[in-house]
Amino acid sequence: MKLNLKIWRQEGPKVKGKLVDYPLDGVDGDMSFLEMMDILNEKLINEGDIPVEFDHDCREGICGSCNMMINGEPHGPQKLTTTCQLHMRKFSDGDTITIEPWRAKAFPVIKDLIVDRSAFDRIQQAGGYISVNTSGNTQDANSIPIEKSKADEAFWSATCIGCGACVAACKNASAMLFTSAKISQFALLPQGELEATERVEAMVRQMDEEGFGNCSNTGACMVECPKGIKLENIARMNREYLKAEVVG
Amino acid sequence: MAVLDSKVPEGPLDEKWVNHKNNINLVNPANKRNIDVIVVGTGLAGSSAAATLGELGYNVKTFCYNDSPRRAHSIAAQGGINAAKNYQGDGDSNYRLFYDTIKGGDYRSREANTYRLAEVSSNIIDQCVAQGVPFAREYGGLLDNRSFGGVLVSRTFYAAGQTGQQLLLGAYSSLNRQINRGKVVPFNRHEMLDLVIVDGKARGIIARNLVTGEIERHGAHAVVIASGGYGNVFFLSTNAMGSNVMAAWRTHRRGAYFANPCYTQIHPTCIPVSGEHQSKLTLMSESLRNDGRIWVPKKEEDAQAIRDGKKRGVDLKEEDRDYYLERRYPAFGNLVPRDVASRAAKERCDAGFGVNKTGNAVYLDFEAAFKRYGKVEALTHGHKNPSEEEMIKLGKEVIKKKYGNLFDMYQNIADENPYEVPMKIFPAVHYTMGGLWVDYNLQTTIPGCFAAGEANFSDHGANRLGASALMQGLADGYFVLPYTIGDYLSHEIRTGEISTDTPEFEQAEKDTRGRIEKLMNATGTHSVDYYHKKLGLIMWNKCGMSRNAPDLRSAMDEISELRADFWKNVKVSGSADTKNQELEKAGRVADFLELGELFAKDALDRNESCGGHFREEYQTEDGEALRDDENYAYVAAWGYNENPRDSELHKEELIFDNVELKTRSYK
Ligand SMILES: Cc1cc2nc3c(=O)[nH]c(=O)nc-3n(C[C@H](O)[C@H](O)[C@H](O)COP(=O)(O)OP(=O)(O)OC[C@H]3O[C@@H](n4cnc5c(N)ncnc54)[C@H](O)[C@@H]3O)c2cc1C
Ligand code: SF4
Ligand code: FES
Repeated sequence: MKLNLKIWRQEGPKVKGKLVDYPLDGVDGDMSFLEMMDILNEKLINEGDIPVEFDHDCREGICGSCNMMINGEPHGPQKLTTTCQLHMRKFSDGDTITIEPWRAKAFPVIKDLIVDRSAFDRIQQAGGYISVNTSGNTQDANSIPIEKSKADEAFWSATCIGCGACVAACKNASAMLFTSAKISQFALLPQGELEATERVEAMVRQMDEEGFGNCSNTGACMVECPKGIKLENIARMNREYLKAEVVG
Repeated sequence: MAVLDSKVPEGPLDEKWVNHKNNINLVNPANKRNIDVIVVGTGLAGSSAAATLGELGYNVKTFCYNDSPRRAHSIAAQGGINAAKNYQGDGDSNYRLFYDTIKGGDYRSREANTYRLAEVSSNIIDQCVAQGVPFAREYGGLLDNRSFGGVLVSRTFYAAGQTGQQLLLGAYSSLNRQINRGKVVPFNRHEMLDLVIVDGKARGIIARNLVTGEIERHGAHAVVIASGGYGNVFFLSTNAMGSNVMAAWRTHRRGAYFANPCYTQIHPTCIPVSGEHQSKLTLMSESLRNDGRIWVPKKEEDAQAIRDGKKRGVDLKEEDRDYYLERRYPAFGNLVPRDVASRAAKERCDAGFGVNKTGNAVYLDFEAAFKRYGKVEALTHGHKNPSEEEMIKLGKEVIKKKYGNLFDMYQNIADENPYEVPMKIFPAVHYTMGGLWVDYNLQTTIPGCFAAGEANFSDHGANRLGASALMQGLADGYFVLPYTIGDYLSHEIRTGEISTDTPEFEQAEKDTRGRIEKLMNATGTHSVDYYHKKLGLIMWNKCGMSRNAPDLRSAMDEISELRADFWKNVKVSGSADTKNQELEKAGRVADFLELGELFAKDALDRNESCGGHFREEYQTEDGEALRDDENYAYVAAWGYNENPRDSELHKEELIFDNVELKTRSYK
């Protein structure tokens, strides 16, 4: 199939960017979206142009690197799917596809489609851990049985890949879904309970400092989240936060 | 040829590690504050090592090419992690895990390392649970297990099909804790381009800031290479796109020996290649072989009809199917080790029984599992006489809970619903057992330079068993390296800060800049990918699932020609002082072009078949691998040479005091 691509090109963080048209022929339905981008880049290189920079690594929907706003939707039209797992069979011959980076104050553009998501790391650094030493003097793993339903729920919260689509989807660029997923994982496990108060306070504080917006409960984040992280996580985080406020 | 000293401690196998720990030197807490360690790589091995070293009090810097430590390739591991917990009461023990691993590796690994791995395995699970890793649990609230290939017990811990993700996020959380305390400073989007040696010791690295293009010097008292494996030398593999050999290879260039480069794992269950545009291959976890049965049609004409689209596999009757693994290996069936399963698939496809257009695919079928699980599910829910249809429906739900993400991934890529028709799979490059040679302390042949995780060669011999790479990465990082590096660093307490203002750093930086310039200034005829794909094809066709002397010789020639052409004619667009993915790729492919030749040489030198290294000249009558213990029970450790074919071989003889060398049989 033949496509009309409109891709955001921006040379660096301080340079103005713009959408550039790239017609592309010979796209096959079995290609992934990123393989389509590979073909475009190969073509650009051969024509003496500079290829489009984009983040990617695993191409299996698990590392959370890839981040493309495709026709205004984070990760494109297919629900529960990262850009790297999106296949071209979802598009038709002659389609125009607009490809942009995530847009959020807390995610400045580095180059073309690449943004700086280190704010997410800093939220995790603020408290996204259990303070246990790693030198191996822990108790037997089975000494605390955990209700299967709770363990499963903690697991589902922990499957967030840190891609940032939730922020990109939100009109306020809020990072609540991402932050709440980690808080929920630990809040649901007995190992995480002890530090729940400090954790939620520290992570929320960091989230605010990074310049992410407020949550106005539109649920757009959940709709676009490629891993189906649920809004209940946000509700749980709010409860934890309120508890912390009362205690604190 | 030098004789390599593995520094394996004296004493009985099961006391070596404890005694060693008791006897090695420690660094007191006040001195640790004055010691700097660089960790290159933030996968399971790097993150766990960095977190633990930071916690112990050292000043740690981590480096990764990703934008966050959490995105290291370990994140993609699916199926599980082994540990000799014996929670299932099925007779597991440290010895059994050790034995399975030695046998699985076809008796080409070091006994003492492998035993230590088994010994610390249980503690990994305790550690991870304490960190909040949400492993799968049974209804009673205890941890669940599954089985992996090559073993007869159920010792694999898992978190659905996302075990690597959960373990890495656990290590990342501990790393974050140390970053928050200021003990670890992360350098993300930074690539190590050289190792700096001062007075014979590793004293730092040269790195490129991938965002600004700046070349930076970083000094330290020790350097840990945990940069993962080199499967991408084949271009197509299940590894992440950026996985590479650069850090390990540049260390090799500076004098570290590279061991057993030809030991590669070709994983039997991956989604087959679909076309020329393919950029990577996707694994379908080995855990699926717990429940899936592998087969091809019994009759060639059925296979042909399926390839032509005139028949469908699902419609073939039971008696027309050849469950060839169950037929050839009744004891282990579908759970034979990976090398055995891969070769068997290739054998069937070469014989004309393949089931997709290219003829390179076999079926992985879940129908029997749907029925089996569905029946149990129906009975436990008080449904005494379920119909077959009901059973299948219930069974599909059970399977969905176990492997839902894998089934979704399959459907996305292959555009077929694996709940309705069997999956089609074929072997693909997956893991590299070879790597930097290390002694028992995980130290390379360069003092002060250590290697952990997939980047070292240590524990898996010629074939790695499933679910043991995650185990090794975390064992190295949490439990081994933090002790052994202390022994080395105890001699560094008076060294003082490492200055980067020395001729050695200057020279290394100059070399690095020269290399980049050379890449940027080549004639610009072909893209980097053009070379990478060509190299991959040579590797797959001549150094892949089966190898022979003439092919290996011609592979060496072809790779050396390709390398010369690359340096003259590669086209690297853009500039060196901005983010430039083409330049990043070019640096990696340049190293693959050297490694590839050494790989072929190593394979040519090893005149036997063992594990993943199958030489057509050395096989039994029924096509099984034929080892030569008399002449080849050694680790091949190569010294660096610009012309890899002239590399010097150093041998570490493998001594087996605790297991008897046997022909590996899974029949
Ligand atoms: C699809 C897949 C599934 C798997 N499933 C399983 C499983 O179920 N069980 C199991 O036991 N094993 C599994 N494995 C194997 C296992 O995942 C890996 O062997 C293991 O995770 C490697 O960990 P590592 O820490 O050594 O390296 P990696 O996780 O590969 O990390 C490498 C790190 O090095 C960094 N790096 C690399 N080069 C440089 C450089 N030059 N400069 C700076 N940084 C650099 C990277 O950024 C990264 O942080 C699987 C592998 C694959 C491909
Ligand atoms: S919550 Fe979903 S969208 Fe947000 S970072 Fe996590 S996986 Fe991505
Ligand atoms: S590239 Fe890893 S999630 Fe898309």
